Amino acid sequence: MSPRTSNNVRTLALLCAGAALLLPSPSAAAAPHTYAVVIDKMKFGPVPAQLHPGDSIVWVNHDFLRHTATAADHSFDIDLPAGAKVKMVVKAKGRINFVCRYHPGMRGVLLVQ
Amino acid sequence: MKLTIALPAALLVMAAPAMAADGPTDPQIAHIAYTAGAIDIAAGKQALARSHNKEVRSFAQEMVRDHQAVNDKALALVKKLHVTPQDNPTSDALSKQAKATLDKLSHLSGSAYDRAYVANEVAYHNTVNGALEKTLIPSADNAELKSLLETGLTLFREHEAHAEHVAKDLK
Repeated sequence: MSPRTSNNVRTLALLCAGAALLLPSPSAAAAPHTYAVVIDKMKFGPVPAQLHPGDSIVWVNHDFLRHTATAADHSFDIDLPAGAKVKMVVKAKGRINFVCRYHPGMRGVLLVQ
Repeated sequence: MKLTIALPAALLVMAAPAMAADGPTDPQIAHIAYTAGAIDIAAGKQALARSHNKEVRSFAQEMVRDHQAVNDKALALVKKLHVTPQDNPTSDALSKQAKATLDKLSHLSGSAYDRAYVANEVAYHNTVNGALEKTLIPSADNAELKSLLETGLTLFREHEAHAEHVAKDLK
C-alpha cells in the first residue's frame, strides 16, 4: 500500500468513526420490528398496533387473486400477485389509509407513531 | 330453495325437475359457478378486443384476471374433491343468454358498445351475486366449495360496485 493510499484509508476510517458518533446509539431508539399483514378471503388482516418509522411490514397475500396494498397518500403502492410476500419499510409518522386498487372495498389504516 | 327464484325471468329456461327439490347439488353448483365465470371472461375478452376506453379496458382486464383466477381455483378444488361438475339447465340458460348478449354487443362500437358492455356487467354481476347469496352458497354442502363461493361473492360484489362506478363515468 502506498503512503498516500494508507493516509486515505486512515482518513476514511476517522470519518466513519466520527459519523458513528453522530448516530444515536442502539439503546436510544427501539430496534425496528417487522410485522406481517395478511390478506385472506378478500380482506386485509389486522395491522400492528405499535408502528414506528423504520419498522417493516411484510404484506402477505394468501388469496388466489391479485391484490395491491396502495396508500391513499401515494407513499406506497405494492403489487401483490397471488401468494406474494412483499416487504416494505415504514418511513414517516402519520395515519395512512390504504386500499387494494383492484378491490377498493378492501381497506385498512396504518398508524405510524 | 330453487334456483329459479334467484335468477331473473330471462334466465328461467331452466327445467326445475333437473334440480333436487332442496336446491342444486355440489356438482351442479360447481358447474353453474364455473360457467358464470367463463361467461364473464368471454365478455371481458370481447371488451378488450372492441373497446378503446381506458377505464372500460382496465375494468375488463380485471374481470378476465379475477374470474380466471376463481375458475382455476374452482377446477383445482373439484379435482381435489373428485367431483365432476354436472351440466344442468341453469348453466345452459346462462350460456344461451350470454351468447345472445355477446352477439348483441358485437354489433355495437365506440361509446355505445362501452355503455352496453358495462351496463350488462352491472346487471350480470347483480344476478349472479343474488344467485350465489340466496341459492348457491346456502345449497353448497362441501365446506371448501362454500368458502370459495363466499370469497367469490365478496369479489363479485366488488366487481358490481366497480361496474356501477364505470357506468356512472360513461354517462
